[in-house]
Amino acid sequence: MTLTAPLPTDVEGEAPPSGGEDVRKGSWTVSIIVLLIVVLWLIPTIGVLVTSFRPEAAVETTGWWTAFAHLFDPAQWTLDNYSQALDTAGFQNAFLNSLAVTIPSVVIPITIAAFAAYAFSWMEFRGRYVMFVAVVGLLVVPLQMALIPILRLYTGGAQIGGVPIFPDLELNGTFLGIWLAHTAFGLPLAVYLLRNFIGSLPSSIIESAKMDGADHFTIFWRLVVPLSVPALAAFAIFQFLWVWNDLLVARIFLGGTEDTRVLTIALQTLNGSRGEDWHLLTSAAFITMALPLVVFFALQRYFIRGLTAGAVKG
Amino acid sequence: MTTTVEEPPVAPEPEREPDLGEKRPRARQAAGLAVLRIVGALVVPIAAFALLWLAFDFLRDTDANRFVLVGVAIVVGVGGVFFLYWAMNRAVDWLPERYRGGVRPYVFVGPALVILAVFLVYPVINTIIISFGGRQPGSGFVGFDNYEFVFTDDSMRRALRNTLGWIVIVPLVATSIGLAFATLADRLRRGEAVAKSLIFLPMAISFVGAAVTWRLIYGFRPEGFGTNIGLLNGIKQGLGMSPTAWLQVKPWNNLLLMVIMIWIQVGFAMVVLSAAIKSIPDEIIEAARIDGASELQVFRRIIVPTIAPTIAVVATYMVINAMKVFDIVFVIGGAETNQTEVVAERMIQWFFISNNDGRGAAIAVILFIAVIPVMIFNVRRFREQEALR
Repeated sequence: MTLTAPLPTDVEGEAPPSGGEDVRKGSWTVSIIVLLIVVLWLIPTIGVLVTSFRPEAAVETTGWWTAFAHLFDPAQWTLDNYSQALDTAGFQNAFLNSLAVTIPSVVIPITIAAFAAYAFSWMEFRGRYVMFVAVVGLLVVPLQMALIPILRLYTGGAQIGGVPIFPDLELNGTFLGIWLAHTAFGLPLAVYLLRNFIGSLPSSIIESAKMDGADHFTIFWRLVVPLSVPALAAFAIFQFLWVWNDLLVARIFLGGTEDTRVLTIALQTLNGSRGEDWHLLTSAAFITMALPLVVFFALQRYFIRGLTAGAVKG
Repeated sequence: MTTTVEEPPVAPEPEREPDLGEKRPRARQAAGLAVLRIVGALVVPIAAFALLWLAFDFLRDTDANRFVLVGVAIVVGVGGVFFLYWAMNRAVDWLPERYRGGVRPYVFVGPALVILAVFLVYPVINTIIISFGGRQPGSGFVGFDNYEFVFTDDSMRRALRNTLGWIVIVPLVATSIGLAFATLADRLRRGEAVAKSLIFLPMAISFVGAAVTWRLIYGFRPEGFGTNIGLLNGIKQGLGMSPTAWLQVKPWNNLLLMVIMIWIQVGFAMVVLSAAIKSIPDEIIEAARIDGASELQVFRRIIVPTIAPTIAVVATYMVINAMKVFDIVFVIGGAETNQTEVVAERMIQWFFISNNDGRGAAIAVILFIAVIPVMIFNVRRFREQEALR
């Protein structure tokens, strides 16, 4: 929406040390309320995690919270649910498909946006301001507006008065089709964020590189891209989460066949067909969450910066 | 910053072609330049497309091992896009020198513009046209019938009403909890970072995953059909009450679905607001305390007014997200029987499941109209910022 909101860089921002003993700090009531909210917030995730490691018979007959009564009884825990979800329910294949969809859907828009952002910032050409304002305007267009026409392009091409203007490429159900869709939906945000960052690099660096005879491509690749890593990483994480967790775009452009379906679709299908098989459903749910959670814990700083930067997107 | 950057190597001087353009009249030069610019901007995406498509045509027809297939797909997708920019840039180097400066920006910016034009601008126009048509392409012009349907159909009206509930309640509750938690966590002596991480954690989970997760909380089995393993009904039965089919209690089930989204988004509100609170100068708050202000007064009179712009940003973001909520309702299912329809979910229902493009498009246009004010606001803010640069 606006850039006036400070974009936090991390959650570790402890308050600056205030001089002297602060009576308001560390009061018991505050600690207890905070602890209570944290526990409340964790309960759903813990429920899934605990259930996913319990044997089917136990899951069906007792609530997951009863497992805490026999925490150290090895008969209470099993990995069978995971092997069943990965093999029988096809989540291994879905995981691979999710990777195949997500990695290019992150890299392609970043590459295209970075080139465009560089041009908008450091190259002179007619209409650059108008073009960039148009991109800013596209930030909030709901992707629902794009679904029907793109699906029609993918399945039949486009014609005006019988003259084909967009060929029928049979893109529906292909990785390429979904990469292009995700690229387009992520592009306005990527261009906007990267242009703000690349445009604020000191012009003296760019100018001195030009003096040394570097062309635009060299400046971009050897100078601007390395300097823009924080912005690139922030967008990459936002886009990664967005694509990995997306159900809608995958549902429409990739479909639900066993071969091509991604994790979110596999989970949704399982939820529909075997909605009461909680041992399977919870392990499957945890498989879909695993990678984002790893990214969350490993790259927390970038992760939060990426998500909050994404707030400008509608 | 500058010290860490290695000196860029001097680019090799591209071979020059004999300069013939000098003799041509200027108008023809301009026309030639325009054509070159357009071609330059178009060739990259089209070439990228052709290359990727050929690679995929090949991949589609092989029965290779799934791991290999996925690996190759990733390499082709990731490598292809960069390779084509490089190739196009080389192509520009071969142009007569005077044209290079004019064409190169369009090679850099063209692909982005072409993709946005084909996948966002054209669809917006096309969707508006489709919304005045029938079920399928070529089924004729139906005027405002689809819009009439949107505002008269019972299920659609419920969807509009429910979505209104979502865009009021979710931002309000999520922002309030986020603000309260940020303020409280700020006063912790230890463990602030851990507490905030744990609240933020649901942001990593997909809406599908979250819906499944919360089904485990709301789970219901009628008496005689097995143990109730849903947490809420487990508690009820533990207290000796009979279980409730939570997700079928109209209209409160809508609130239960909103809780899922609130659970996910509080972390976002908390992180952004916490950063804003920490940027308030300590002296201001200390001064108020010395003047005898209570903690509640400090919160209401100083903290909230100071960070009001940030609160507005967070709330706006959540309003737009709530407007487009789809996955949660869709995955929980039974929207019509449980009367939990929302606008974006109806759009998919009509377009994708009932195959009625006209109605789906009309619903999408309603969503689009709802975000237009935000779009105008965005552009205006952007221009103000640019004016200040």
